[in-house]
Amino acid sequence: MADTKIDQQTDPRTDPDTKTEITDKKKRYSAGVLKYAQMGYWDGDYVPKDTDILALFRITPQDGVDPVEAAAAVAGESSTATWTVVWTDRLTACDSYRAKAYKVEPVPGTPGQYFCYVAYDLILFEEGSVANLTASIIGNVFSFKPLRAARLEDMRLPVAYVKTYKGPPTGIIGERERLDKFGRPLLGATTKPKLGLSGKNYGRVVYEGLKGGLDFMKDDENINSQPFMHWRDRFLYVMEAVNKASAMTGEVKGHYLNVTAGTMEEMYRRAEFAKELGSVIVMIDLIVGYTAIQSMSEWCRQNDMVLHLHRAGHGTYTRQKNHGVSFRVIAKWMRLAGVDHIHAGTAVGKLEGDPMTVQGYYNVCRESRNAVDLPRGIYFEQDWADIRKVMPVASGGIHAGQMHQLISLFGDDVVLQFGGGTIGHPMGIQAGATANRVALEAMILARNEGRNIDAEGPEILRAAAKWCKPLEAALDVWGNITFNYTSTDTSDFVPTPAVS
Amino acid sequence: MRITQGCFSFLPDLTDDQISAQVGYCLENGWAVGIEYTDEPHPRNTYWEMWGHPMFDLRDPKGVMMELAECRKANPGMYIRINAFDDTRNVESMTLSFLVQRPEVEPAIRMVRTEVDGRAMRYSHEVMR
Repeated sequence: MADTKIDQQTDPRTDPDTKTEITDKKKRYSAGVLKYAQMGYWDGDYVPKDTDILALFRITPQDGVDPVEAAAAVAGESSTATWTVVWTDRLTACDSYRAKAYKVEPVPGTPGQYFCYVAYDLILFEEGSVANLTASIIGNVFSFKPLRAARLEDMRLPVAYVKTYKGPPTGIIGERERLDKFGRPLLGATTKPKLGLSGKNYGRVVYEGLKGGLDFMKDDENINSQPFMHWRDRFLYVMEAVNKASAMTGEVKGHYLNVTAGTMEEMYRRAEFAKELGSVIVMIDLIVGYTAIQSMSEWCRQNDMVLHLHRAGHGTYTRQKNHGVSFRVIAKWMRLAGVDHIHAGTAVGKLEGDPMTVQGYYNVCRESRNAVDLPRGIYFEQDWADIRKVMPVASGGIHAGQMHQLISLFGDDVVLQFGGGTIGHPMGIQAGATANRVALEAMILARNEGRNIDAEGPEILRAAAKWCKPLEAALDVWGNITFNYTSTDTSDFVPTPAVS
Repeated sequence: MRITQGCFSFLPDLTDDQISAQVGYCLENGWAVGIEYTDEPHPRNTYWEMWGHPMFDLRDPKGVMMELAECRKANPGMYIRINAFDDTRNVESMTLSFLVQRPEVEPAIRMVRTEVDGRAMRYSHEVMR
């Protein structure tokens, strides 16, 4: 009875100082609804510990919702809170379990949106489980009514947490040593058309591309085991093509055999067959889910296999700036989960991505330590604790005429995939592959000689085209093709011109 | 056939000036340059013979070019490649590798198929000398 009396005297909902945690335990745990800030999910003085997991959300509160209270709600809903006070909190060391929103600031130039920083104690997370991490961080909060929209922009994963993951099974260095290819980007192409080729016809495309000079050919994301081509047929013909191309060139060659299937059992079955046939690499799609990705990573580690991840489906939640999860966060999760390749954008191709934002994704994949880099969308310093590096893949609407731009933007550790730009070549698939390989090698040679490829790129390509007919034909057909649209997902800190 | 191992095999064979420029790039990056040779260009022949150790403390491409001239003289008709090693933590591997000599007549590589278990196949490769 006494408690009720106290509550009536200072009803928290009318308390003028609603952003302060209520420390009086009687008031704090009396039944009813409190503001999240009052429950202890906001602490503007909190200094994050080195072992905390940090998350940066972009939030758009509903009209009239205070941004600090909204931030506290995000912290609450992504950790221990429910909508009302529960006395059972008092059975726990509940202050450890409460995430702390510790900073809220307006997004530059975007009224109504706020960056909200949240710190989570390490005890909230199971070791080595992306599923557990994501169930917390993006489990509930994106549907929370007081927010009109929310986006997870970036995360800082403490070393203590990173070390609970094995990371990429092969990594950039291991892959290059297995393939015996150093000093240049790798070259690939996706077999086209995506759908309808019989196994035998499909293998023909693979053979032509690899013999012509590509390092890899690739299944597309939706090539699995359809009526026109059973998966075993595809694997058998493709490996004939891979091995024959290897004999014709003296190089190690590969084809990403897509083992994506309806069950883990079937994925393992397909992966085992790929191994029996001598493939160096298998592929899965992002849509198989985080746990399946971690399982396939473990399988690859046990079977000397490079693991290629196609980011099928990511655009549904990564593209719009106001709601979803930034791809830089997905890239971080995938480096933990353990993939060796990840599609990370082209900047100059047909798919979404402004140049600096895309470079930010590449840095997440490839650097040992990410420094804060706001123009590239990197909000936290990240120490990767020597976990292996992921090879980014640039794929989608790129061609030989952009070679200087691609090398200048992304450097050597990238797979450049020219699908249409190989198979659609007027002189045939081998010629298309050769055009790309010659363009690549000529540009790397010139760059290493100290030439300014940004300025002289087109001239370097034209000079090589004088003795390489396939390159000349490629430049004639595609030299002027650009996809110069304004990007949706851009930096909030710099003007972002599109690359032409 | 023309073996296309190494970074620049799709270009016309490099001149000594071009090779020297690539070595210069490696040395500017602080990489150690080594020379290796073999008569067996199997795709998985990892360990070619070393022409001495990688030249760790070298600063001038001329040193590499002199060693390369010696190696060529001693090993006519062999494949020779130049490798660069980067000792940076989390790299600690080769960062550039390219052919600088190949035999006039290159060997063919034969693919051997062994049929097993229905239509499945085991593949191996043999250098035909």
